[in-house]
Amino acid sequence: MHRILIIVMALLLPAIGFAAGGGYTYPNDQIEIDWDDKAAMQRGARTFVNYCMGCHSAGYSRYNRVGKDLGIPDDVVLDNLVFTTDAKGERSKVGELMKITMTPEYAEQAFGIVPPDLSLIARSRGVDWLYNYLRGFYVDETREGLGVNNGVFANVGMPHVLAELQGLQAPKYRTVTDAEGNEQQIINGFEIVEPGSMSPSDYDRMIHDLVAFLDYLAEPYKQTRKNVGTGVIIFLFFFLILAYLLKKEYWKDVH
Amino acid sequence: MAEKQTGSGFIGWIDARFPLTKMFEEHLSKYYAPKNFNFWYFFGSLALLVLVIQIITGIFLTMHYKPDGDMAFASVEYIMRDVDWGWLIRYLHSTGASAFFIVVYLHMFRALIYGSYQKPRELIWLFGMFIFLALMAEAFMGYLLPWGQMSYWGAQVIISLFGAIPWVGDELTLWIRGDFVVSDATLNRFFALHVVAVPLVLLMLVVMHIIALHEVGSNNPDGVEIKKNKDANGIPLDGIPFHPYYTVKDIVGVVVFLILFSVVVFFTPEMGGYFLEYANFVPANQFKTPEHIAPVWYFTPFYAILRAIPDKLLGVIAMFAAIIVLFLLPWIDRGRVKSVRYRSSAFKWLLVMLVVSFIGLGYLGALPATETRTIFARLFSLGYFGFFLGLWWISKNEVTKPVPERVK
Repeated sequence: MHRILIIVMALLLPAIGFAAGGGYTYPNDQIEIDWDDKAAMQRGARTFVNYCMGCHSAGYSRYNRVGKDLGIPDDVVLDNLVFTTDAKGERSKVGELMKITMTPEYAEQAFGIVPPDLSLIARSRGVDWLYNYLRGFYVDETREGLGVNNGVFANVGMPHVLAELQGLQAPKYRTVTDAEGNEQQIINGFEIVEPGSMSPSDYDRMIHDLVAFLDYLAEPYKQTRKNVGTGVIIFLFFFLILAYLLKKEYWKDVH
Repeated sequence: MAEKQTGSGFIGWIDARFPLTKMFEEHLSKYYAPKNFNFWYFFGSLALLVLVIQIITGIFLTMHYKPDGDMAFASVEYIMRDVDWGWLIRYLHSTGASAFFIVVYLHMFRALIYGSYQKPRELIWLFGMFIFLALMAEAFMGYLLPWGQMSYWGAQVIISLFGAIPWVGDELTLWIRGDFVVSDATLNRFFALHVVAVPLVLLMLVVMHIIALHEVGSNNPDGVEIKKNKDANGIPLDGIPFHPYYTVKDIVGVVVFLILFSVVVFFTPEMGGYFLEYANFVPANQFKTPEHIAPVWYFTPFYAILRAIPDKLLGVIAMFAAIIVLFLLPWIDRGRVKSVRYRSSAFKWLLVMLVVSFIGLGYLGALPATETRTIFARLFSLGYFGFFLGLWWISKNEVTKPVPERVK
């Protein structure tokens, strides 16, 4: 019985917490992804293999599939996107899954948490969340070792690996009063306190491309799916006309 | 041999050894169905279609899926990415699960409004209810197989419900899981049940459902027995052969259904998180409970009833009662008039209450519980059970309109 109670409590508690208004995040921008813009996805792939794949795998995806879908020849993929090694320490082959060398055990020891595989992150989190999260790191000296916090994912264990590009930004606060009359400080803006190598708009553009790539990575067949679907539905509409005429013909003599 | 219908050629050869023509006639070309079937009568054949879709796509999924706690999630992604057309097979199967429930709920509603469960069709209704039960078991176990966070924690919660049963509860949950938590052992047995045991039961029940139906004959929107008015040859005056009339009509229904089905499969397979929950794109992790656990939409009405009741055991009892009460419907309804067309306005209002309550419960069951929502869930639970109580009450001396002799 106790186990059940614990599970039921586990079910209810977060629900209560959420209802109490803990859901505020910043920034809250929305992103449009153009699946025809393969160049943006290619740039995103470059950012991904250079900055993300140090710690995160994309272990359900293969290098050459990415290459094929984004229009990059295999040799270019090998030279520009493959920086991981296999179990023997040799460079990953182009047909291999995009796994990383770091073992979960090592990651756990180093970060206290295993950095999640990112193959499906755009499907579980959504692209807007990713776009805001990657632009939501701000200076927070109270966080030992990291020095940053995140406006979207509070107290996240991930360091700001893109700080050299974005620079560091400090939060601007606004005071709001919640339903119970308590005053609360919420973030409503950032200002750059230490510039990086990119301008804010260039950085946003880069994150946009990275998220476009992650969106592709989560469902590489998305465009095929829609193209096939259009054909199927057009066919079915023609079939419907025939089926309806057939039915009408047979039913002429039913009164 | 002379009295036997022996055609010449191949069919004749078969007929002498197997009742092929006889069966075709009994169930299709000389099965007389009422000529006034309307929109609501499409969902029986559609349920059969979805069953076939599920079985065929299921077979192909089984060829690539690995029922192993360490490999299951990756094998599903392997199907989605590396197997030719694997994404299509998987989306057909995942959308098919939801489509099955949509079709079956509408099929059951049809029976409700036209009194298709009433004498002499009680057994058809009972077989149908067992199909519904098997379908729920099938869907529940199938949902564990992708081994995502929602698969895992959904199963954890539902199995733990059995723990509320006094004395044997804890032992029972242990026996179901085969472990102290949902684990590889659970995944393996659910796989076996999902791909072998329950489909066999389902198929057998579907056959019995149809045999029982063809024994007594179909009801219709007027709730009139067409067998009461026959011509000189013993053919119901208001009946038409199922084949070709209803086969060609059902093809139209099938195509319309497939168009809607394709819109989901190809353009929105997650259906906004209702058909495939977003948290299920994260591999199962027994140390990390998701923020909000909700069963898939087709279970949410019953889940909302469970949550509406503060006591755990009573909640579980209420939830099961909500299903069991459906089995008793043919005996709860004491009325003689079948179709809503000729029943009292009290019956119509009860129906409205049931539909509103059921949809309301389904909506609330998908959301985290809050105080207001719990109050509403309680109201809707009362509305749900109130339908059956009210039906029992009003059907004793129901003032009905005159039922016509023949279908209109």
